[in-house]
Amino acid sequence: MIANFFIKLGQKVISFLYFLGGLSNLAAQTLYLTFSPPYQRRRIFDQAKRTGYDSLLIVSLIGMFIGMIMALQTAVLMQRLGSEMYIASIVAISLVRELGPVITALIVAGRVGAAITAEIGSMQVTEQIDALEAFATNPVKYLVVPRFVALSLMLPVLTLYADLVGIFGGYAICVYRMGISSSMYLKITADALFYKDLFTGLAKTVFFGMIIAFVSCYEGFNVEGGAEGVGKATRQSVVISFILIITADCFFTALFYFIFP
Amino acid sequence: MIEIKNVTKSFAGRKVLDGASLIIPDGMTYVIIGRSGCGKSVLLKHIEGILKPESGEVIVNGHNVSKSSEDELNELRMKIGFVFQGGALFDSLTVGENVGFGLIEHDHIGQQELLERVEEALSMVGLGGIENVMPSELSGGMKKRVSLARALCINPQIILYDEPTTGVDPITADSINELIKSLHDKLKVTSIVVTHDMKSAYKIADRIAMLYRGKIIAEGTPEEIQQSNHPVVHQFINGLAQGPITETVEPKSVLDKTQKVHM
Repeated sequence: MIANFFIKLGQKVISFLYFLGGLSNLAAQTLYLTFSPPYQRRRIFDQAKRTGYDSLLIVSLIGMFIGMIMALQTAVLMQRLGSEMYIASIVAISLVRELGPVITALIVAGRVGAAITAEIGSMQVTEQIDALEAFATNPVKYLVVPRFVALSLMLPVLTLYADLVGIFGGYAICVYRMGISSSMYLKITADALFYKDLFTGLAKTVFFGMIIAFVSCYEGFNVEGGAEGVGKATRQSVVISFILIITADCFFTALFYFIFP
Repeated sequence: MIEIKNVTKSFAGRKVLDGASLIIPDGMTYVIIGRSGCGKSVLLKHIEGILKPESGEVIVNGHNVSKSSEDELNELRMKIGFVFQGGALFDSLTVGENVGFGLIEHDHIGQQELLERVEEALSMVGLGGIENVMPSELSGGMKKRVSLARALCINPQIILYDEPTTGVDPITADSINELIKSLHDKLKVTSIVVTHDMKSAYKIADRIAMLYRGKIIAEGTPEEIQQSNHPVVHQFINGLAQGPITETVEPKSVLDKTQKVHM
């Protein structure tokens, strides 16, 4: 019984180390190939469109509702304290520093990361990855580099957009529901935010984008079996991305806390 | 010439190739037969350099595939056309883009020449005029033909066929066999065909080799293979349910009898 537990634990540790090794190997290859010609401009543009433009609707909806929920939740406490004016600053700081980057990254991991794993996984089981190699085309260069660049560039842009939409959500609640004046809301929001808030919020999304790209592509390349394998890898890709994004967020929050106290 | 020397390869602890050796002269249609899952496709992927042997060597046109650099390997790959079992067409590209893929990625030829080469390759497999169709709209047989056109478009010296007649109806299978024969006669390429379809093997092969338990156990002309008294070869080519292949424990006498029919 105890022996079995340790055997299973050992297997889990080995498979985790194997995963980390594979992920690091893929990351190193991708970084090297990103800066080696020929550059994949057209494919990067296609992926940027899929990652960014095609995600606008879902990011708008979720960003807006998060802003509204934040405003409504803080309003309960602030009204008790008679400090409704501070709702704007709480909404702005929470969104720009934390909620905007993390929620956007989680949306993109679920929407784009899952699609990448399913697409590459299907290519793997139908021998399309082998076909790329057979035609002297490096699968990492052809498939991973455009997705890596697109995700690293588009996630900060989407986050900035989610921040703005979320602030507008808070604005809608405060101005149209609580009667705070529009100019006052905008002034308090502007006064509450500093460049460092924006910088720390956006800087970490570049890393979140990299995490999503590496995890989703790695899981896709390692699909085994048929449709069941693709489903399993897709689920795993989303779960691992979520865990790594939250872990990285914790790390960056602590790091920025000490750098920009 | 393609030389496969004592190649071994394992997957998840299972030895798929266990000292496989074979010499394939230029310009020949060579058919490798064996049961499903016996390592035929793995052997083809070693010739293409998609898989690397754990031990042994694969030498194609004088280049040791397992020891070549990435650039040398890519240069070699552009001389080898690979027709995958299910076609392996790129879903996101049209038939035309699939067929011209090798040229688009590496040859940087003009648009007009590219279109002509794609059209010519598709015409050779009898599918002219479907350049703008997506692979999902094609039948299984058409996918195999497009895959063959994609292989032909790079003007290969060697064509590798992985189960070209599997999963298609007998009429389509026969037309694919005819196509392989006519392309071989017309282009004078070396063709290596992996199959378990004996009708197809007899029709297209100059020579046949049988892969069993990771080794080439028999090799010869179609007539020599047909007359082989090797129990494993006999059971396989006649499609018998009873025999050494399907016995749980391999009789030692059969394992010892893995001599070549003709080498």
